[in-house]
Amino acid sequence: MQKHNIKLNKDHAFRGLTALLSLILLLLSIGILFKLIISSNLSFNAFGFKFLLSKDWDPVQKLFGALPFMWGTFFSATLALIFALPISIGIAIFLSELAPIWMRQPVSFIIELLAAIPSVVYGLWGLFVLVPVMQHWVEPVLAKYLGFLPLFKGYPLGVGMLTGGIIIAIMIIPTISSISREILAAVPENQKEAALAIGMTRWETIWKVMLPYGRSGIVGAILLGYGRALGETMAVTMVIGNTPSLSLSLFAPAYTIASVIANEFTEATYKLYISSLIELSLILFVITFTLNALARFLLWRMKRFEEVKV
Amino acid sequence: MKRALKLALVIAIVLSFTTAYAAEILNGAGATFPYPLYSKWFYNYEKQTGVKINYQSIGSGGGIQQIEAGTVDFGASDAPLPKEELDKHGLFQFPTVAGSEAIAYNLPGIPTGLKLTPEVIADMYLGKITKWNDQRIKELNPNLNLPDMPVIVVHRSDGSGTTNIFTWFLGDVSSEWKTKVGSGTSVKWPVGIGGKGNEGVAGLVKQTAGAVGYVELAYVIETKMTHALVRNRDGHYLYPSIETTVAAASNANVPPDFYVKFTYSKGKNSYPIAGFTYYIVRKNMDRNKLSTFIKFVEWAYKHGNADAKALDYVPMPDSLKHKALTALKKL
Repeated sequence: MQKHNIKLNKDHAFRGLTALLSLILLLLSIGILFKLIISSNLSFNAFGFKFLLSKDWDPVQKLFGALPFMWGTFFSATLALIFALPISIGIAIFLSELAPIWMRQPVSFIIELLAAIPSVVYGLWGLFVLVPVMQHWVEPVLAKYLGFLPLFKGYPLGVGMLTGGIIIAIMIIPTISSISREILAAVPENQKEAALAIGMTRWETIWKVMLPYGRSGIVGAILLGYGRALGETMAVTMVIGNTPSLSLSLFAPAYTIASVIANEFTEATYKLYISSLIELSLILFVITFTLNALARFLLWRMKRFEEVKV
Repeated sequence: MKRALKLALVIAIVLSFTTAYAAEILNGAGATFPYPLYSKWFYNYEKQTGVKINYQSIGSGGGIQQIEAGTVDFGASDAPLPKEELDKHGLFQFPTVAGSEAIAYNLPGIPTGLKLTPEVIADMYLGKITKWNDQRIKELNPNLNLPDMPVIVVHRSDGSGTTNIFTWFLGDVSSEWKTKVGSGTSVKWPVGIGGKGNEGVAGLVKQTAGAVGYVELAYVIETKMTHALVRNRDGHYLYPSIETTVAAASNANVPPDFYVKFTYSKGKNSYPIAGFTYYIVRKNMDRNKLSTFIKFVEWAYKHGNADAKALDYVPMPDSLKHKALTALKKL
């Protein structure tokens, strides 16, 4: 009896400990949020909500505005998602359904390894390998055949929105494809067998049964990838051209929130400047937090449906 | 019990060492541009004297913040602080070494030696000269076959002392630059693309035909970039080098707060795009630490020149070293 009690006590202690550890992380996030709000107060008092709408970023005149950076962040991340989505879903389908069994583990391992490469390495590779390719081959061809579109106007510099989008796409493919693969693998066998039994082809099984079944989970994976794309820093800084602009052209240099913080924080020499950079961080924090929360919610909802259905 | 005693003994010994050597350790933080040289100096100095100097190259902004807060013994900044800022926080600054910047370009078939005037450089960065075969560049280089190519202006995207010096120079030669853009470690560039760090600017210039950018001398020499002859104030065309930078620094006007600016300075042999990097200390610094620090600065001024030259930094003129040391000793 006593022995049993000790065991129970240990259980309680363990539960308390793990709860405490989770609480620390929660408090840390809240602490970061508060610190960001407090430290950006100076900038908020100076510019108010105009900060979100102003195009100016002039450290000499002490004028700061977030609009070109928000534009660059959303544009580059969305572009990256457009590139990464079909490739990632393709990889996920191939690895969960079509690839020979012996191939699945090693290939998914290698793809997940891509996520472990430091982002500055992607950046330097981008600058020294991808940029010349874009400059001499890809962008001139696009300009020649599609130059009438506003998307492909301007001088092909090699650096800019398009190259930035491609780099980010390469970096988020592992995230989206590996989660999507897990989700497709979790589709119950009886669902697939039923589809095949009523005479569906493999293609139809994948498109009409498996993807709809995992839909909210895959959307969650996409949002997680998008969150990473929004916050990507070093790799993007190396290839995006670092020029605040609101251009629609994919050839034009642009700027993202994460990049401007990485570039200017170390040499920001007066308080309003630092505060404005921190307000940018706050904007990014809120955006990525919202997106991640949405992604988690979708993943959770999918799991719940699964439990109800089975 | 025995173990506890042993532990206490060890802690006591360790503590006694740290207090004995407290004055023999200095902590600094700041600028990244002079970091390769500083770390070499600190390493050699520790080997010779046993005095340890820790330095975190977190950027000038961080260095200034930390010395203002008093969390380090000395800060380092690429751009000098204005007098009001120094007085407000009770700080003292003085220069350590100089650096100069080359105007690097990438024009197929045209080697090092394109002649450029400060006005032409300013107008390229203002977006007013947009083609390499512009009449004004042609006139300076009648023997070169300049291509019909757009001028692609490259600048630093990260805040940097290099940008501060370059924008000082542009402000000196162009009143339009001075009023429209101004100078600082980051500015609102009218045109062009930004590269992160010297390596970013150098990478963009090397890969983009028609590009022009300002890059630190050391980087240009190490990576063999083609760079321009720049006309100085007296009308002579010069390359950046240790000699032409020392010449410019010798002609600098030095105020008591050491806010020294010698871009576009007078003198036949003065290269126009150069500046100093600085140490900053608190005037009320601990006296023991101050004397340790002064000894190090004396050593660095005396024995650090070879290290500086080997890394393509420019040692200060002797007269200025003397002035700085005298002022430092008066604290």
